[in-house]
Amino acid sequence: MSLRSPLARVRGLGSAKDGTHHWWLQRLTAVALVPLTLWFVVGVIGHVGADQAAVKAWMGSPIQAALMIAFVAVAFHHGQLGMQVVIEDYVHAEGWKIAGIVAVKLASAILALAAIVSVLRLALA
Amino acid sequence: MASRPRPLSPHLQVYRPQLTSVLSISHRITGVGLMVGTLMLTCWLVAAAGGGATYDAIRLFLSSVIGRLLLLGWSFCLFYHLLNGVRHLLWDAGWGFELKEAYATGWAVVVGSGVLTLAAWIAAYAAR
Repeated sequence: MSLRSPLARVRGLGSAKDGTHHWWLQRLTAVALVPLTLWFVVGVIGHVGADQAAVKAWMGSPIQAALMIAFVAVAFHHGQLGMQVVIEDYVHAEGWKIAGIVAVKLASAILALAAIVSVLRLALA
Repeated sequence: MASRPRPLSPHLQVYRPQLTSVLSISHRITGVGLMVGTLMLTCWLVAAAGGGATYDAIRLFLSSVIGRLLLLGWSFCLFYHLLNGVRHLLWDAGWGFELKEAYATGWAVVVGSGVLTLAAWIAAYAAR
């Protein structure tokens, strides 16, 4: 005997009220971040102690600017997916939980946009 | 109806910490740490876009003792989360679930993230 309602069964969704979408996106962004992180580490080591002109020259290459935008966008997306799970696991008061998740998602979006606009300004200005 | 506390299954603190459980919670902790690090990356990019003066200000902060300690922490978090993340992806692919393999890959992550952090800092000081 199943205790799930017929509607829940037909939707096929668990307590997360979601299917595999979150899980899959977390893995997809993780796979993308492996090479992007290695590129980022090498790039940053190459610019330790560099002045603003050197960073601007680095981002002046379209490929390098594209990789930096990809790294920042994917990192924030992966990060907010992870933070969502952490909040869901440890914050039990429903109101605070939802407020926390919304705050993390909105903050991640605006920070990612600020970083991307900055890269574009370095690349194009 | 008077509500009575529901029986709970034994929680984390009754278990002796093991490599596998410590690495598991460390993955979360380093992930949250990296979120703060990504915030600093955003500040760094915004400062660079602002021009030479704002970039020099953030460069001064990052090269200070506090700045270097933060960067040391973030670089370790990054390599740890990267290596343990690959370990997780291998599990997702169905590989490495045996106890022996879980411990072998676990120690590889511990040693690997230490070595990569050290190598990155040696490279950074050499490249300066």
